Amino acid sequence: MTAVVDARAPVSSKWNFWILLLGALVIYGVFQVLIDQRILNSYSALILYQMCLNVILAVSLNLINGFTGQFSIGHAGFAGVGAYVSAVMTTKLHLPFPAAVAAACLAAAVAGLVIGIPTLRLKGDYLAITTLGFGEIIRVILINMPYVGGAAGMTVHRETNFAWLYFSALLTVVVIANFVRSRHGRACIAVRENEIAAEMMGLNVTYYKVLAFTIGALFAGLAGALSAHTFYFIKPNSYGFLQSFNILVIVVLGGLGSITGSILGAVVLTLITAALQDYPEWQMVIYSLILILIMIFRPQGLMGTKEFRIPFARPGGRGNGHVAP
Amino acid sequence: MTTFVQQLVNGISLGSIYALIALGYTMVYGVIKLINFAHGDVFMVGAFVAYFAYTGLHLGFIGSLIVSMAACALLGVLIERFAYRPLRQSTRIAALITAIGVSLFLENAGIIAVGAQARGYPDMLPGSPFQVGGVTISTKQVEIILLAVLLMVLLQFIVHRTKIGKAMRAVAFDQDAARMMGIDVDRTISYTFAIGSALAAAAGVVYGAYYSAVDPLMGIMPGLKAFIAAVVGGIGIIPGAMVGGLVLGLIETAVQSFGFSLWRDAAAFALLILILLVKPEGLFGRHAREKV
Repeated sequence: MTAVVDARAPVSSKWNFWILLLGALVIYGVFQVLIDQRILNSYSALILYQMCLNVILAVSLNLINGFTGQFSIGHAGFAGVGAYVSAVMTTKLHLPFPAAVAAACLAAAVAGLVIGIPTLRLKGDYLAITTLGFGEIIRVILINMPYVGGAAGMTVHRETNFAWLYFSALLTVVVIANFVRSRHGRACIAVRENEIAAEMMGLNVTYYKVLAFTIGALFAGLAGALSAHTFYFIKPNSYGFLQSFNILVIVVLGGLGSITGSILGAVVLTLITAALQDYPEWQMVIYSLILILIMIFRPQGLMGTKEFRIPFARPGGRGNGHVAP
Repeated sequence: MTTFVQQLVNGISLGSIYALIALGYTMVYGVIKLINFAHGDVFMVGAFVAYFAYTGLHLGFIGSLIVSMAACALLGVLIERFAYRPLRQSTRIAALITAIGVSLFLENAGIIAVGAQARGYPDMLPGSPFQVGGVTISTKQVEIILLAVLLMVLLQFIVHRTKIGKAMRAVAFDQDAARMMGIDVDRTISYTFAIGSALAAAAGVVYGAYYSAVDPLMGIMPGLKAFIAAVVGGIGIIPGAMVGGLVLGLIETAVQSFGFSLWRDAAAFALLILILLVKPEGLFGRHAREKV
């Protein structure tokens, strides 16, 4: 029915995009009906919400880690910034929820920019540990802020529903997928492939790294704001490095540099976590074993760098202006 | 002045614990370029093995320490053999995720095995505090510092005066060239893990004795801090890890003694970021030129 095609294959990308978008809308309709008719109980609905949030976090981290090749493990910190900014906006300042979400995205993007400019000069493991450090510093700052409840956290109103979460996830996917295929996205991929060569070709390497980092942080802020208003309780420790690892695991499991891989990874990992919920004692042990085994047997992740495509979108089809050689 | 000296001693004893853990990080990073996130949990296992050896088998401090170091050396070798070796040819991020997986596994297996709540650690390092010029110094702290110094001297001896140490330095310098010279790279890496894990175990035992409590998640923060220490000193460089550990211990103690104990963890990370921005190769590192 469907197949996986190499991302470089000349497939009619426009048709592929619209068909996938249509498919996404159908999936939305199906699940919305299932939730409305109470065929899915509230627990399953929560899993679904978590899935949407994980998709946002994973796809946005994939832009940084997978497409631009900058190894970041502080992603949850940005989600924390988004969660806290939006929570303060709605509960303390009584602003409408959409305004709070916008502010959360903006704040997280600014945090990404501020952190990205000095740190993105570093490479590899050094960058990883620095982003982890920044994530932890954000957490410690939140713990030391009595205004937002300190380590005990704060309660938030429930403001979201399935439509909010699903369409936010869809928006994230569409924006990042289009960004990656744009001129800027190709520049990011060039930075990943060979930084020096990219610089030789006249690309402003630092600019593209910071750009990817900021966009990634923006969407992490979105996920943070949504999660705060979905699970109506936030505390600094939910945004520590364990959560950052979790997002990274989803991205690597799905395949670095594959957006559909990240979506698949988010779905699979959320389901695994939910399935293990019944065995709280063994949950994390099994989870970690699965993680180790997947990495040993499929280190490139489920999808590698490939993308999921509709098979009947023929090479050189209408719309993408591809000329067959 | 007395408080200053007092805090200095506190800082050095905390720092020598960090240094012991950092040595394992830096050695492993030196040979296989992997941030071994499970290292902090090996430290935890070390503390628990000594706990059971001391309370169950009544082996005394030295006996428990040796048993714990031996057990962790074995654990380190097993982790490398079954989790990291299959991934040696794949991407570094896959190896890193595996390290995180091993870390989560040890923590949660630890919770199942001994329970999640902290338990009191036996007073393995007895001795009454003594006074030197008005400064009260606990015997424990002196013993911790002495033990750390002893182990570091031993490590320096192994690395610089023995055949296996020479092999380690060769593998760290250039793995392929070392292999061509007839060095058994796999065996050398196993030895590196064994030595690093044994040092972490020793750190775990003294950490438990110093703070009188252990729990299965105790390794997370000291593990991260020790990694910071390794980076601060210049990762892959053994004296760097020692100095980095001491610097970190002193800074944390200073932050704490000025009354900002809640900011202690942030201070450690801030130090890391500062060092990386100003001197990314670490205090002792040599700047590596980038080649096309």
